[in-house]
Amino acid sequence: MNALGFSFWYPMVMSLTIFAGSMEFVAANMLLGSFNPFQAFTMALMINARHLFYGISMLDKYKGTGWKKFYLIFGMCDESFSINYSADIPKDVDKGWFMFFVTALNHVYWFTGAAMGGLFGSLLSFNTEGLEFVMTAMFVVIFMDGWLKEEKHISSILGLGISALCLIVFGAENFIIPAMAAIIVMLTLVRKPIERVREK
Amino acid sequence: MSLTQQFIMIGFVVLGTMLTRFLPFLLFPADKSTPKYIQYLGNILPSAVFGLLIVYSLKDVGITTGSHGIPEVISIILVILLHCWKRRMLLSIASGIICYMLLVQFIF
Repeated sequence: MNALGFSFWYPMVMSLTIFAGSMEFVAANMLLGSFNPFQAFTMALMINARHLFYGISMLDKYKGTGWKKFYLIFGMCDESFSINYSADIPKDVDKGWFMFFVTALNHVYWFTGAAMGGLFGSLLSFNTEGLEFVMTAMFVVIFMDGWLKEEKHISSILGLGISALCLIVFGAENFIIPAMAAIIVMLTLVRKPIERVREK
Repeated sequence: MSLTQQFIMIGFVVLGTMLTRFLPFLLFPADKSTPKYIQYLGNILPSAVFGLLIVYSLKDVGITTGSHGIPEVISIILVILLHCWKRRMLLSIASGIICYMLLVQFIF
């Protein structure tokens, strides 16, 4: 944001309200272009379509969390979803509050980071190149965790394989939506055989 | 763009983002029973989602350009091996990041 010449409060406002990493960078670039709310809306839908999958996965986990549910859904970014989905919450801990604080702390860290970057970004001198690998490392670890726990690896394999294939075919900018569609289709096709095996 | 127009733009981005987050919960409210098919997806989807997210986080890595994705492959293998061995989430993640940062800053 600093590099694009925005005042410090832009990243602060966007980190609080949008709270979705890649989207904020795209939004910053759109603010430099022409006024087009419709484009802003559809871009947001496309880039964040993966949240639909998070929602379907969290329907059960967010159940019964009362008023906190609204905030849990509002703050369901990649990180909040990943942690809340994979965390083993102890029986004597209230899961609603646990997930609420995971989301809120993510939100605070994200906002603080954006604010600091906005205020002092130009002063940053230590070399952070490669730090972005934190996302990949986290996803790989959660993927492995699931892999080691699950009986059947069909969903893991399909998710990884289809996404990689779509990335090659459609390219980095356009692969998410076709990948999501193909994953849904394939998981639907394997439903019958999987449930038949479970009944036995 | 004027300040008001910029706020409207940000507002529509927020609207689009929130729609993707709230839609499943609006379509399948907690007080009604969720269709079997959606329950099935809710159970089986997460494994695929994390596969998708791995690819998503690596989407801008060029195989034919730069360091050919070698630092990524090395760091991911380290994360996988460490995680199978120790199963400590933070240890696996931190080691992966340090390994990757050392590779891209000093070697590649």
